[in-house]
Amino acid sequence: MAEVSPTELDPEVWVDEHGDALYSYALSRLNNPASAEDVVQETLLAALKSGKSFSGRSSARTWLIGILRHKIVDLIRKESREQPHEEIETAESPEEEFFDRKGRWGIKPVEWQVNPGKILEQKEFMAVLFQCMEHLPDRLHRLFVLRELEDQDSDFVCKELGITPTNLWVMLHRARMRLRGCLTENWFGANE
Amino acid sequence: MRTCKEISKLVSESLDRELPLRERMAMRLHLMMCSLCRTYSHQMRQLRSVLKKASDVETPTEQTLSEEARLRIKQALKKEE
Repeated sequence: MAEVSPTELDPEVWVDEHGDALYSYALSRLNNPASAEDVVQETLLAALKSGKSFSGRSSARTWLIGILRHKIVDLIRKESREQPHEEIETAESPEEEFFDRKGRWGIKPVEWQVNPGKILEQKEFMAVLFQCMEHLPDRLHRLFVLRELEDQDSDFVCKELGITPTNLWVMLHRARMRLRGCLTENWFGANE
Repeated sequence: MRTCKEISKLVSESLDRELPLRERMAMRLHLMMCSLCRTYSHQMRQLRSVLKKASDVETPTEQTLSEEARLRIKQALKKEE
């Protein structure tokens, strides 16, 4: 392994080398440029303080993303505590869109004709997926990110966001219904 | 007999916890008979797997820090040095 080059420990170089990648990652989870910039700064500060050094750019990147993930979870937790909870019943529900009054499918699900494992290689799909997530209302977005992207279990999410399991399940269902609809409309349907 | 709307909720819930036996049986029975809910259930699993993979991607979308933010962060880091 090569020696650590001195420039790698230069914070200025860090910002130039990793700043955009960290920012992209943060923005995809936080949906808010100002918060994303803040966690990038906090992450690099924490990295700097730890005094750790790396012999390669990619291992440094992975390490930084690891720190960033913790900061993101912390921030989501904080933001959700600061924002008063609306009544769950009044939170926008997509169910009426998809079901009729008797609870039968109004807009019928149509099989997606693509192998999701393969489509991930396509940058365009990724962009659509994250755009669809962006359109989730803030509260749904937060808990959906914790649960699905940061892979936190239900107990953790309930505890951190101060909600009951029943509310969590209802809201995750709504988030998934919306995403399913959005992906059908903007990717799977559009590609037919 | 439960409605498709109720089943769609159980299908989603089954991704977050183990359903009680009664619910699990109701869901399975419904899915056997209802192809629309089967499609929906399949999509829920596809969505889960797509998200699982997306969560491991280090640069999900290409975004760039604004010049102001870049400068601000650099200055904050220099102060700490």
